[in-house]
Amino acid sequence: MTKARLATVWLAGCSGCHMSFLDLDEWLLELADLADIVYSPVGSDQKLYPENVDVALVEGGVANTDNLELLQRVRASTRILVSFGDCAITANIPGMRNMLRGSDPVLRRAYLELADGSGQLPKAPGIVPELLERVLPVHELVPVEVYLPGCPPPAERIRAALEPLLRGELPQLSGSDQIRFG
Amino acid sequence: MSVCTLRINERDVAVPTGTTLLEAARQASIPIPTLCFLEGLSAVAACRLCLVEVSGADGREEPRLLAACVTTATEGMRVQTHTPRLQEIRRTVVELLFTEGNHVCAICVANGHCELQNMAVEVGMDHSRLPYRFPDRRVDLSHAQFGLDHNRCILCTRCVRVCDEVEGAHVWDVGWRGEHCQIISGLGEPWGAVEACTHCGKCVDVCPTGALFHKADTNEEKHGHPERLQALVHARTHQEWSP
Amino acid sequence: MGDCLRLCTAASCRSRGALALLENSDRPVKQVGCLGPCSEGPLAAMGDQLLSLQPAENESLGPTLEAALAKSREISAEEPFLKLQRRLVLARCGVVDPGCIHDALSQGAYQQLQAVLAADDPSAVIETVRRSGLRGRGGAGYPTGLKWATVAAMPGAHKVVVCNADEGDPGAFMDRTLMEGDPHTLLEGMAIAAFAVGAQQGYIYVRAEYPLAIERLRTAIAAAETHGWLGTAISGSRISFAIELRVGAGAYVCGEETALIHSIEGRRGVPRPRPPYPAEHGVFGLPTLINNVETFGNIPALLHLGVEAYGEGTKVFSLTGHVQRSGVLEVPMGTPLRTIVETMSGGAPPGRSIKAVQTGGPSGGCVPASALDTPVDYDSLKALGTIMGSGGMVVLDDTTNMVDLAAFFIAFSREESCGKCIPCRSGTVQLEMLLRKLLERRGNAADLSQLESLCHTVADASLCGLGQSAPKPVLSTLRHFRSDYLELLQLAEVAR
Repeated sequence: MTKARLATVWLAGCSGCHMSFLDLDEWLLELADLADIVYSPVGSDQKLYPENVDVALVEGGVANTDNLELLQRVRASTRILVSFGDCAITANIPGMRNMLRGSDPVLRRAYLELADGSGQLPKAPGIVPELLERVLPVHELVPVEVYLPGCPPPAERIRAALEPLLRGELPQLSGSDQIRFG
Repeated sequence: MSVCTLRINERDVAVPTGTTLLEAARQASIPIPTLCFLEGLSAVAACRLCLVEVSGADGREEPRLLAACVTTATEGMRVQTHTPRLQEIRRTVVELLFTEGNHVCAICVANGHCELQNMAVEVGMDHSRLPYRFPDRRVDLSHAQFGLDHNRCILCTRCVRVCDEVEGAHVWDVGWRGEHCQIISGLGEPWGAVEACTHCGKCVDVCPTGALFHKADTNEEKHGHPERLQALVHARTHQEWSP
Repeated sequence: MGDCLRLCTAASCRSRGALALLENSDRPVKQVGCLGPCSEGPLAAMGDQLLSLQPAENESLGPTLEAALAKSREISAEEPFLKLQRRLVLARCGVVDPGCIHDALSQGAYQQLQAVLAADDPSAVIETVRRSGLRGRGGAGYPTGLKWATVAAMPGAHKVVVCNADEGDPGAFMDRTLMEGDPHTLLEGMAIAAFAVGAQQGYIYVRAEYPLAIERLRTAIAAAETHGWLGTAISGSRISFAIELRVGAGAYVCGEETALIHSIEGRRGVPRPRPPYPAEHGVFGLPTLINNVETFGNIPALLHLGVEAYGEGTKVFSLTGHVQRSGVLEVPMGTPLRTIVETMSGGAPPGRSIKAVQTGGPSGGCVPASALDTPVDYDSLKALGTIMGSGGMVVLDDTTNMVDLAAFFIAFSREESCGKCIPCRSGTVQLEMLLRKLLERRGNAADLSQLESLCHTVADASLCGLGQSAPKPVLSTLRHFRSDYLELLQLAEVAR
């Protein structure tokens, strides 16, 4: 049997979902037998998102141009996209800036109003990615096959989703152990 | 006491005349989801989660959607509590509640003990099909002991009713209308400035989410206490004051 | 007074300068209510002759009434707009001076009230109303006789009659027309209803946006009290009935009967679930009869004519939009829609054609041009997915995008939602967001199916009639003009 090609992707989130992924502990060894980690900030040195990915766990909301480009590439090259954690599903904490209505008020608030006298707006085209006007959940931008809520989703919940996915089945998640926000 | 017999999900249930469908279903251990309803307070049928399909009442055969919390059981009624149509309505209602406020469970005082969060699980909402609206809402921390975070308010009006019907202070009401509705204290004053408030905390006890909270509570520390209201109502009703 | 010049000084002609003409006049002029074809206003009448004073409208100096009359254009009584009407409710509107009870009395006002008081048989009145088949003219079409009988059968010595005059649908101004033009007919109808059901207290709940109607109702109520047609021992009988005006504060939802009751009671105007129905538990907990202005307005004519001559009755419509002649008209129930919008009002402006007619306002739907031969009655319109509604009729020509129209009505319902129940409070917002997305050419097929599904949820799950019917303009345009939606999807595809 060929091993599944698994990726994990980190957009605008705290990386807590990835930490939870690492909490799979010794099951990670079993996972390594079932899947090749072809792209992951915690499991691969690959810098460019590859083609023909079977399953991608996408953590984080979509907050800037880099996130958006990466997400589009992920979507184009992935069979099953898993919206991984509350930031990906609801925009969650990164999305709280949306209440300020636009990227400019957010930057001004953070870099000018709260600065101690010498603040300036960050501006480095091509180096620092531009903020999008609003942080959006992944599924408001691209189609998503599986939702794995939680902040972070506990390791057991991740495993409950990955096991059927690696068998080529869609997981049927329900109940507070598997789909609770927060 | 006269009794009427009705059928709930293919089960015959006999209840005293005047029983609501919600009570009848709960007596028969058939769960019907609710958010605005709370035993001990008047029913307002605002959250629409307890809608059920009713036929055979008043000689009408085609199923009608009625709120179980305010509909009285009658002889020969046939009730369905979990049809696909009702499940679609309930999930959409919960999505509408999540998307109209700013419900960030991860940083909420009520995380893990929140009726809205539990309701999302119950209706199988693993994501919202409707876009989030991120409204600009305020937090009132003017009261010495308690806080009100409008971001987390679902306008169930339990606080309005408990303060009016049980405490008798009527500190709370609803201001504005439609999407601009919000719970207001006094005549739209800061909560701490409302002299009618007795600081009893009943509103905090019955709030289903983290909207009303004790200032001392931090993340995940707020627990609702509807049982305190129910004990008080029971004591008043039956004049039984010993614990 | 027969040959005295009558000048309409009701809201529409007033907005076109009728009051200035009145001031610049030396001859005796009788102020009257609506004469019908408002788009020709300001309007005057002399005997049976109807005159449009519009030709003088654009003269640089404010025209005197004489000058305006000299330039006036006669509107022939043979014109379909006038000829095809059957004015029962509006029989005295445009004829009597609404500020003068003597004028109204001289033309038959309160005679039916006097007759029923003399006969002293409330159940006979209810039976007449029941046999006439009269249905609620507010829009829902509930049988009026049945409603009266239900309230009459309620135990208790104290009952209430409420007139719902919170006419709020965009494009609806039928009730305003009667209140401004002939308030005594309304008061008489209410008093007869009060006698029939055994009520002592009446309320007219009228929207604050109708200042002239409020003023004329106040005058009329005071005059009726002075002349013994309202108050204690009406016309020497043992019957007492007083009417209080309650002025709304700008909330459309207060036209919903349970919200209206709360508002009369001085509480926040939000609906509550029914049952209990107002007939059982209405204003201040008393058995309450609630009818709309036009329903009460039918009562004196019905009793005067008798059930046979009354026949199917009439319906008053306010006609607006893309038509050559707009205004208020009263036609026999069952008149084909085409007769109203093409024959009577002259159809679409030159070079354009009618695309649809919206009836029932934000709670209604549209009738496509292909179905214009539908008779206007409750059941035929319902079968087309719209409602009779209170009488607002908005004609739309082929320049109209029906998605735009749906978005307009959803925006209205969103603005007017009371916020009590979540499907309406938040569902109307999401519906408008979806429609805007389509209109801004950002939509896709999934948005369209979500729009449809959310419409059904809002309609099924909302607490009151406002939310339950709010999606109707969307569902109705989806049913009859789906191509307008699909075209926007194609444009969005091109834009991508």
